[in-house]
Amino acid sequence: MIAIAETLDYDEVLEHFDPVLGLEVHVELNTNTKMFCGCANVFGGEPNTHVCPTCLGLPGALPVMNARGVESAIRIGLALNCEIAPWCRFARKNYFYPDMPKNFQTSQYDEPIAFDGYLDVALDDGEVVRVGIERAHMEEDTGKSLHVGGATGRIHGAEHSLLDYNRAGVPLIEIVTKPIEGMGHRAPEVARAYVTALRELMLALGVSDVRMDQGSMRCDANISLMPKGASEFGTRTETKNVNSLRSVERAVRYEMTRQAAVLRDGGSITQETRHFQEADGSTSAGRPKETSEDYRYFPEPDLVPIAPSREWVDELRGTLPELPWERRKRIQDEWGLTDEETRDLFNTGAADLVALTVDAGAPVAEARSWWVQYLTQQANTREIELAELPITPAQVARVIALIAEGTLTHKLAREVVQGVLAGEGDPDEVIADRGLQVVSDDSALLAAVDEALAAQPDVVEKIKGGKVQAAGAIVGAVMKATKGQADAKRVRELVLERCQ
Amino acid sequence: MIKQTAAELAARIHAGEISSVDVTQAHLDRITKVDDQLNAFLHVDAEGALAAAAKVDADVAAGKPPVSPLAGVPLALKDVMTTKGVPTTCGSKTLEGWLPPYDATVTRKLREAGVPILGKTNMDEFAMGSSTENSAYGPTRNPWDTSRIPGGSGGGSSAAIASFEAPLAIGTDTGGSIRQPGAVTGTVGVKPTYGGVSRYGLVAFSSSLDQAGPCARTVLDAALLHEIIAGHDPMDSTSINAPVPNVVEAAKQGANGDLTGVKVGVVTEFSGEGYQQGVLDSFQAAVEQLRALGAEVVEISCPSFDYALPAYYLIAPSECSSNLARFDAMRYGLRVGDDGDHSAEDVMSASREAGFGAEVKRRIMIGTYALSSGYYDAYYGSAQQVRTLITRDFAAAYEQVDVLVSPTTPTTAFKIGERVDDPMAMYLADLCTIPANLAGNAAMSVPSGLADGLPVGLQIMAPALADDRMYRVAAAYESARGPVLNEIPEL
Ligand SMILES: [Zn+2]
Repeated sequence: MIAIAETLDYDEVLEHFDPVLGLEVHVELNTNTKMFCGCANVFGGEPNTHVCPTCLGLPGALPVMNARGVESAIRIGLALNCEIAPWCRFARKNYFYPDMPKNFQTSQYDEPIAFDGYLDVALDDGEVVRVGIERAHMEEDTGKSLHVGGATGRIHGAEHSLLDYNRAGVPLIEIVTKPIEGMGHRAPEVARAYVTALRELMLALGVSDVRMDQGSMRCDANISLMPKGASEFGTRTETKNVNSLRSVERAVRYEMTRQAAVLRDGGSITQETRHFQEADGSTSAGRPKETSEDYRYFPEPDLVPIAPSREWVDELRGTLPELPWERRKRIQDEWGLTDEETRDLFNTGAADLVALTVDAGAPVAEARSWWVQYLTQQANTREIELAELPITPAQVARVIALIAEGTLTHKLAREVVQGVLAGEGDPDEVIADRGLQVVSDDSALLAAVDEALAAQPDVVEKIKGGKVQAAGAIVGAVMKATKGQADAKRVRELVLERCQ
Repeated sequence: MIKQTAAELAARIHAGEISSVDVTQAHLDRITKVDDQLNAFLHVDAEGALAAAAKVDADVAAGKPPVSPLAGVPLALKDVMTTKGVPTTCGSKTLEGWLPPYDATVTRKLREAGVPILGKTNMDEFAMGSSTENSAYGPTRNPWDTSRIPGGSGGGSSAAIASFEAPLAIGTDTGGSIRQPGAVTGTVGVKPTYGGVSRYGLVAFSSSLDQAGPCARTVLDAALLHEIIAGHDPMDSTSINAPVPNVVEAAKQGANGDLTGVKVGVVTEFSGEGYQQGVLDSFQAAVEQLRALGAEVVEISCPSFDYALPAYYLIAPSECSSNLARFDAMRYGLRVGDDGDHSAEDVMSASREAGFGAEVKRRIMIGTYALSSGYYDAYYGSAQQVRTLITRDFAAAYEQVDVLVSPTTPTTAFKIGERVDDPMAMYLADLCTIPANLAGNAAMSVPSGLADGLPVGLQIMAPALADDRMYRVAAAYESARGPVLNEIPEL
């Protein structure tokens, strides 16, 4: 049983304490091969099928640096406004763990490839906060342990463990912020916004899938509190297992309230690793460390130093795409959006899709409405990313065009989209197969209108008496009779004609 | 037949006068006959060797040109090189029964060169030692006197060629493990320039120092083998991407015995206290011989060499403490305590306790300590600074001379058991050989005669990527000095 920690009311926390954050984000690069060997870098796969002597740490095997990995690291560094080291090395971080084949992780220590940068982060209300970047360094991922038996799913208490080394040696970039101070009540929001901005940046650079649910982006949050007005940081905890953007915010907020409760009662914070619990948003202490870990770093003798030339760095600087915040500003201006509309557009991940839909001929307003509202709902129901919905921007643009030309009503259009999502083909094919054309033949409609008028003579009297809005009841009956396939606007016109 | 040189055997095999199968079988027979007395081999792969030999014979019969100058000449491989499907133990209990799923680059190059691999030779556990007494599978004995050590860590390889069990062998040299066994067995041992031969598949002791090289009975044989195993390997980042120095040509040129115009530097630091008189006499005679061949001899001081040994015994253990961390019983190797009642951590600990010998544990502990936070600067950091100073001493010396010479070891082969309880005395065996490893330069040992009936080695050192220089000097010296091994007692 995990004891539920006491927490302090959030407002009360802020009356007495200033939070200080430090975020460490690991990003798995999407290079074709692993960082130090030729094995495929893919998520999943049968356990231990993407392995070789090097990433299994077999005796005698040696690492060879993946130049694409270095290139991605430099591009990330540049996009984070960092200095790029003219000369740096890998270092070995020594510690024993079964999912680490060599029992050392090839990482970087005091010579990171990129350092001293910043990332401008937009908060929900549009305010921009500058988060300092301490460093971005290269390292390799570990394998995965699956602990079988035991209550916690962690190694402690497990009956036995299974090891999968497919992930061992996958290139990682660890991005470490400088201490984030002075954010007050917005600290949790800043943490979420920072990771969100970082995620968008990685997507724009095309260097990672940044899927937090699959672990290709992972966040560790260092959190401490100091009494208001103090200048010395308090003892921090490091919360791991924060697997979604929302969890980043929740974890920071929870830790602030938990630490505050401990401090208020005169206790002191234990410097420890804590695990975020997705279910209730709390954090729980990891196994206490008896001694602080000494990683015995030293320069990796199996690899040569990295000395990126000025020319190469400049060349890579030239490959940087329009960065997310630049793009956000440009799109907001071009499309004339409010801050809130812009936020929704980007938070739903719809910006690219809307832009492509607009490119395919749709007006911005309609394209935005479809992606940000209806299709976002569809993605949420299916629990997938918007971009993963099986519908293309061109198909959405076609649906919008069909509405504009009167072939589809909004209601029919949604059915067509459902058909596309169900894999029934392009919008036109769905329309043909399901017979979803708007009924625009007046003679067919007139029969339905007359029938409805005959069924509700009292309404006819009201219309004839000048109460035009009563026509709605007749229109509704016609739409019902035609199973929604009639053009409501035309039906209304016909109703009014008949009642003259 | 087994007393012939590799070059002679190759010529006769390629001419169709003798078959590689016969040559290989003759060496296998020799192993069967004498290895009980020596324990030079940990594993003999008769089937694999004979199959490789048969392939060479088929090529000769079909009139195809030999795939390499040594095609068909068998070889003994130090058990630190991985061999696909053939046991590779590194002289350690921890790897008993392990069958590597891949070949080291050196192994692959040997196979591609049509060199039959007779088997895997004994060594100090994970190449840590100077006597082969640290092998988990018992010591190898020196064929000159089986009560004495054959040097180490590659004692098995040198003993095998000195006893005619193999005409050629591969060793690895981290602080002298090719040259010192060469010296005390009366054979030639070469540590090429660091990065000259791929380390891929060489089970690492100390990554920044380890270097594989040839062991042979003549300088030319060593050069022929050197040429086969050397060259850039994309699988080893520290492998040098430059043409292999023309060592075979240099050995042939040197054999004409003319060293006119060659400047030889005698390292003054390597003499005096701790050096056996017979070794110093032999060295003095060798220097006179070089002078007689036309070389200009000068004395050179390399003051930082005095700190080479302590620096080495910080750097090598530091790297080894990390390199050997992988032996944790999780994926391969000895596993102890996996009875369902022990955690993975317990199993790792128990397996390492049971799998490693005393010297390996000693070095892992020294290295772990030297890398600890708070001690790093004082130990590992300082040692790296010494390394820089040694490299500078070499560079300054090579501005004045072409090669440097010294005794290879301070003493001849000592008795088995004599130094096992005195690690410091054992470490002194590598006093003269270590500087070249720390600087990454080339160095070799050639027999310089006998002292008190036991072989002595002359060490010749050359700058990085100038391996050919030392081969020329060694070949000239060898041609003047004459063979040493014909004085070895019969086993
Ligand atoms: Zn691999």
